[in-house]
Amino acid sequence: MEYETVIGLEVHAELSTESKLFCGCANRFGAPPNSLVCPVCLGLPGVLPVVNRKAVEYIVLVGLAVGGEIASYSKFDRKNYFYPDMPKNFQISQYDLPLCDGGTVRIELDGLKKDIRLKRVHLEEDTGKSVHGGTIDSSDFTLEDYNRAGVPLMEIVSEPDMRSPAEAHAYMEELHRLLRWLGVSDCKMEEGSLRCDANISVRSKGETALGVKTEIKNMNSFRSVEAALACEEKRQIEILENGGEVLQETRGWNEDRCITFLMRSKEEVQEYRYFPEPDLVPIRVEPEKIESIRAGLPELPFDRQARYMEQYNLEADTAKALVQSRYFSDFFDRCILTYKEARAVVNWLLGDVSKFLNENNIELEKTGVTPQSLVEMIRLIDDGKLSGKIAKEILPEMMKSGEPPAAIAQKMGLSQESDESRILEWVLEALRESPDAVAEYRRGKEKALGFIVGQVMKKSRGQANPGIVNKLIKQELDKS
Amino acid sequence: MTKKITEEQVAGVAHLARLELEPEELAVYTEKLGGILEYVDKLQELDTEGIEATFQVVPMSNVFREDESRPGLSVDEVLQNAPERSGDYFKMPPILESEDAG
Repeated sequence: MEYETVIGLEVHAELSTESKLFCGCANRFGAPPNSLVCPVCLGLPGVLPVVNRKAVEYIVLVGLAVGGEIASYSKFDRKNYFYPDMPKNFQISQYDLPLCDGGTVRIELDGLKKDIRLKRVHLEEDTGKSVHGGTIDSSDFTLEDYNRAGVPLMEIVSEPDMRSPAEAHAYMEELHRLLRWLGVSDCKMEEGSLRCDANISVRSKGETALGVKTEIKNMNSFRSVEAALACEEKRQIEILENGGEVLQETRGWNEDRCITFLMRSKEEVQEYRYFPEPDLVPIRVEPEKIESIRAGLPELPFDRQARYMEQYNLEADTAKALVQSRYFSDFFDRCILTYKEARAVVNWLLGDVSKFLNENNIELEKTGVTPQSLVEMIRLIDDGKLSGKIAKEILPEMMKSGEPPAAIAQKMGLSQESDESRILEWVLEALRESPDAVAEYRRGKEKALGFIVGQVMKKSRGQANPGIVNKLIKQELDKS
Repeated sequence: MTKKITEEQVAGVAHLARLELEPEELAVYTEKLGGILEYVDKLQELDTEGIEATFQVVPMSNVFREDESRPGLSVDEVLQNAPERSGDYFKMPPILESEDAG
């Protein structure tokens, strides 16, 4: 039988605010344990939470970017559970009145575009971090660090619109790009600032009712989202093929063994007893507020990609590569402001600049190169002061040190020499020292010219402008 | 009249609140909670058609703080009420990973 896979994702992203959601503790990854904690996030008696304005604005910004409906009236709720990662024994979240309803995220896979609908986007507080002594199965104690407790967390819930693990992967990549594009989250899966749970079921092709789903947790990279879902898809199909029944349950992903494992069955499904948070007043997002946030929306990746194709006559793949991140794309835009040859900028950005980024596994914003210095380098090539070959040697230095290209060329002794009188000295010297080559050239052996050029380049330590060298050699040889 | 709440439901709620009830306590609380629910029934008689649900009785909305950070407590202050301390962590009995919030 042929099967169809149905996937919905629940994505959590920590917002990159300066402070936590309900108190003024710093929102920072990697601080010493329990050093960013106060009576509010510790849940001490008598404290009151106060909502961080920026966190709400970030959710509204994301809601507008995905075309969702911003709730005019929204509130927080308590999600009650017994687990020590929240000292209060509850998490403040949003239950029935999220800040944003609906919306879509457009993904592109193998050249095909598809809109994934969203159920909602809401705001909640992150929990503390548990460190388990021993293994999870047989740990003898748990350690808690509450630095993360109370960090603003955005939850984005999709409709079950994805039909393959690859689509789920593409959706994650797109959310990652969008949230970073908007500047609301740094989205580092390895640091846990972007996390993902998946609901997956399979059904026979053509069936419209949904099959029984399982929820998969613990996927810590884009790759593992796809791998875990592919593995679970296979497991469910095998069960159905053998006449069995998929059970509704929560399963974990074991990265090392590449298997999903049972975490809890349907009978153990948590009952969170949500109720309206009595310590927080409702949020009314006024239409004027929505409009002022909308006014701050940047041009979104897909729109910009289309603009690049139109405006600079770029191929789809090229335009897509330029909008890989907001910084990368803004960098290109800023170069174009002062240098009109888009193609040259594109070639350097997607060529040697990207090569350096990949080889060093860093992002463009972490390097020293600026739009000004890249354009300066390209102009030096245009003016014949730098050969393309030398520019390729200088660029990595620009990216490492942030120094302007001319200074680096000078320091490395790589500036191109275009002064004809200077080059002529080298040419005359080379001709004197290579009588055999000169004789061969005169006998009609064009190849001998290459040897003489090589000699000149050697004398100039590679700095002589090759065009001028060629011109001058021919000029001298044709004289006599 | 039919019971508003069964002993099984009370036992379930007690478990969620991590309360251990003796059988006789279960009977007592089933009776008492039933009485409270019957009282709530009285309120249901009111016509609330067209009235928005009340989530909050404080007549305010949009109370925000600016996104500014300030130092919290010292680690020693943070941990002074911890049942047990290990380094700068709270130490507690082992917990199953599967019980965390989603």
